[in-house]
Amino acid sequence: MKHRGLLLSLLLCGVIFYALNNTVGAVPPLGKFLNPHTGIWQNETNETVAGEVTIPGLNDRVTVHYDAQMIPHVFAQNEHDLYKAQGYLTAKHRLWQVEFQTHAAAGRLSEIIGEKALNYDRTERRRGMGYGAEQSMVYMEKNDPETLELVQAYADGVNAYIDQLTPADYPVEYKLLDYAPEAWSPKKTALLLMYMTKMLAGRDSDLAYTNMRHLFGKEQFDLLFPDFFDHTDPVIPQDTDWSFIEVPQTPTPATMVVMDTIATTLPQPHPDNGSNNWAVSGARSASGKPLLANDPHLGLNLPSIWFVMQLSTPEHNAFGATIPGALGVISGFNQHIAWGETNATRDVTDWYKITFNDNRTHYRYENSWREITPRIETIRIKGKEAFKDTVLYTHHGPVVYDKNFMSDKQKSGYAMRWIGHDGGNHQKTFIDLNKAKNYDDYAKALQYWTAPSQNFVFASTEGDIALWIQGKFPNKWEGQGKFLMDGSRAENDWQSFIPQRFNAHTKNPARGFVSSANQHPVDENYPYYVFNDGYETYRNRVINDFFQSKATFSVEDFKALQNNNFNLKAAELVPHMLDVMDASTLSPKEEKLLEEIKAWTFNNDIDEKGPSIWRAWYGALLPLVWDEFDRDDRAMKKPFDYQTIQLLKTQPSHPLMDWGATPDKTETAKDLFLIAFQQAAEKILSVEKEKGSYAWGRYKATYAGHLLQGLPAFSRFNIPIGGDRSIVNATAENHGPSWRMIVEMTSPPTAIGIYPGGQSGNPGSKYYDNFIDDWAQGNYHQLQFFQNATPSEDLLGTLTLKPTTHE
Amino acid sequence: MNKTLVHFLTTIFLAGIFGLVLPWWSVMIAALITGFALPLEKVKVFLTPFLAIFLYWGIYCWVLSSNNDFILAKKIARLFPLDENPYLLIVLTGIVGGLAAGTSGWLGKELHTLRK
Repeated sequence: MKHRGLLLSLLLCGVIFYALNNTVGAVPPLGKFLNPHTGIWQNETNETVAGEVTIPGLNDRVTVHYDAQMIPHVFAQNEHDLYKAQGYLTAKHRLWQVEFQTHAAAGRLSEIIGEKALNYDRTERRRGMGYGAEQSMVYMEKNDPETLELVQAYADGVNAYIDQLTPADYPVEYKLLDYAPEAWSPKKTALLLMYMTKMLAGRDSDLAYTNMRHLFGKEQFDLLFPDFFDHTDPVIPQDTDWSFIEVPQTPTPATMVVMDTIATTLPQPHPDNGSNNWAVSGARSASGKPLLANDPHLGLNLPSIWFVMQLSTPEHNAFGATIPGALGVISGFNQHIAWGETNATRDVTDWYKITFNDNRTHYRYENSWREITPRIETIRIKGKEAFKDTVLYTHHGPVVYDKNFMSDKQKSGYAMRWIGHDGGNHQKTFIDLNKAKNYDDYAKALQYWTAPSQNFVFASTEGDIALWIQGKFPNKWEGQGKFLMDGSRAENDWQSFIPQRFNAHTKNPARGFVSSANQHPVDENYPYYVFNDGYETYRNRVINDFFQSKATFSVEDFKALQNNNFNLKAAELVPHMLDVMDASTLSPKEEKLLEEIKAWTFNNDIDEKGPSIWRAWYGALLPLVWDEFDRDDRAMKKPFDYQTIQLLKTQPSHPLMDWGATPDKTETAKDLFLIAFQQAAEKILSVEKEKGSYAWGRYKATYAGHLLQGLPAFSRFNIPIGGDRSIVNATAENHGPSWRMIVEMTSPPTAIGIYPGGQSGNPGSKYYDNFIDDWAQGNYHQLQFFQNATPSEDLLGTLTLKPTTHE
Repeated sequence: MNKTLVHFLTTIFLAGIFGLVLPWWSVMIAALITGFALPLEKVKVFLTPFLAIFLYWGIYCWVLSSNNDFILAKKIARLFPLDENPYLLIVLTGIVGGLAAGTSGWLGKELHTLRK
């Protein structure tokens, strides 16, 4: 054949081209990915932080000084330019993250990682994430065009950066997954806030509670899940006078609990999502100036959820942690005030049983049929045809569970009533807090905040401290929404909301400090229905005990408290277990472990062995105690630790203590302690064999995982830090203090802060994870609060953003 | 000058120019044109463009990466996995570029033969 060589070379060329230009299996398109002109080698650099850039639509020049930590200090002449610059700089350092998180919020991950994300995406669509973001947009368009204009300026800033890029400049994750950034829009900011709302106010156990109420009966259920534990140390001090509240709680109707059995429920956000914050008044501060601290506990990810910035105009000057995608400083300070948040969990998600007509176009409500509004969710999938899902909306909200999703019931479903769908003007709270000058400004800014409800701590240079529990809370009748409700009865709807001015708060309390750690917001005296929705019961007591332990506190005391590793939970159970357990049958190896935990003084420091033995022991004990809760046929929830420990101590022979695996024996708590200890010993010894040591730091092996499914190459492992969940230093395996800040209210305020990550989102930058080691050691960085645009401090560089000039 | 050397240098020169404006397959175009315009014989048809781009890409990315202490290259080498060894990643990059150039160089030569 004459042209054999030609055909062969053409074919080979085509094959090579195709293989190197396309993703093959898990391998990225190698030609695109590895070529030095546009591939990942172009990301092998730190970001430029000097020079001049022209940004269309700026009114004036914006000066950005980068300090040695690569923290940008932004000096703009007006708010429009300021937020435009924030958008631009956020994109410059965190583009992939900012887009990925909103794709995740919107249920759009299948577009970039393919079919394996389809279930995740469907869940987010069913939850109404996009619907909620749209409601926020509608609200802003109608009620607050000024805020919307700033959100648009931020979007324009992000887009100004994206528009300058060539494929060579794309962050490395785009190259890995072979896609390109799309334009940013105000709706994406709304989606990011939905993402936070889901993370912080998306947890509920109503359906599991319904199953258990059904299974165990009311009396047992109330024993396992009391509305209040026997001891409450709430956010708002117990002696608070509520007599100013003049709107009563909604009267309780004679409604019936719906006795359905639900097999599986939506995945829940991480149970440890929470935080600490506190402030002491001038009278209790060593320097005479109020002190404030905040450390939000979130998943430890890279790039970090936080990006630290100084954001100033001639009218205001704010500094602190921002969240890529949202405007303004979220946890920080300005010249006059400081603020920070912890999650104020409340039951703002309720479930209604919906009864459909035959063709599912209507649902029963009182004595009539109401029309369903269908919403078609189109999920695009990389390399596949799009998936369409129709979600049926009632006046309660989306019917999440129906015959097409996690349920087999043909003519009924469960609709979700979630505060996240109510829309709101979340951004205004932060834009106003950034400019607030005193307590009144702070309290006013909070009014706009609907969800996720937060404990907003406050301190001012004027000497005030305060804490508001802010969110939009339904005024529920006693017991409303703890279980599945009948969606056809109007009396089961949320009847009204607690007027904002009656939200629980405290200003300059007599005790001289305010604090919150996700515990119960109030005690039983607060006149509205609040029940235990998984409230923290350990960190709060350690913190409050600390502030009652002496007269005055310094910045050093605050550092010590944020890094405090005392394990109160273990301290409340281990002595009891050691006391009652029959240790006579332990093997020599087990006895050695017993001696080690006996010697432990309940600090979760990295070199201790006690915390590892405790974790393994308690970890083995829970499934034995609550084996009745491990069922495939219905969703269940195990009782909270506080109540578990109470029952182990006070009702050791309760029928639920019996271990189902041994039908011929009836175990009591005492027997379970021994079985669990022996199982724990086995686990500890295997860890020792595998890792060479079971010291707490090795055993726990804290890591910061890359946002893209924890991609090991871009993650950091074995970070040497103590603590654990339910400890003030709440660092568990992959969760913990994602930002630590301490502010002293001098004029101007002086502050320190650190977070487990780095300012750059580029894994090729030395600023990607450079804060982690200091963070793990409990060190802080001085936050350099520049008072004018010509600082004397050492700078990495100065970037000038210029408006387009028309000549 | 030796024809092979001219071929070798021309491939690199064109790849450098095209690389400024075209995606990664600029090396394929460079080798195709060079293969067509400066035909070589036998195994050199493949080997010369292969080596040219192997060295060009390899040296280029070594320069970029060594200026940044190989921070990203080590991570990408872990991803593949290439034992976190940045040099293996550089060699892989060279081979990828070399293969693309070598095959299109061969195609260029075949097209040259066809014209005659």
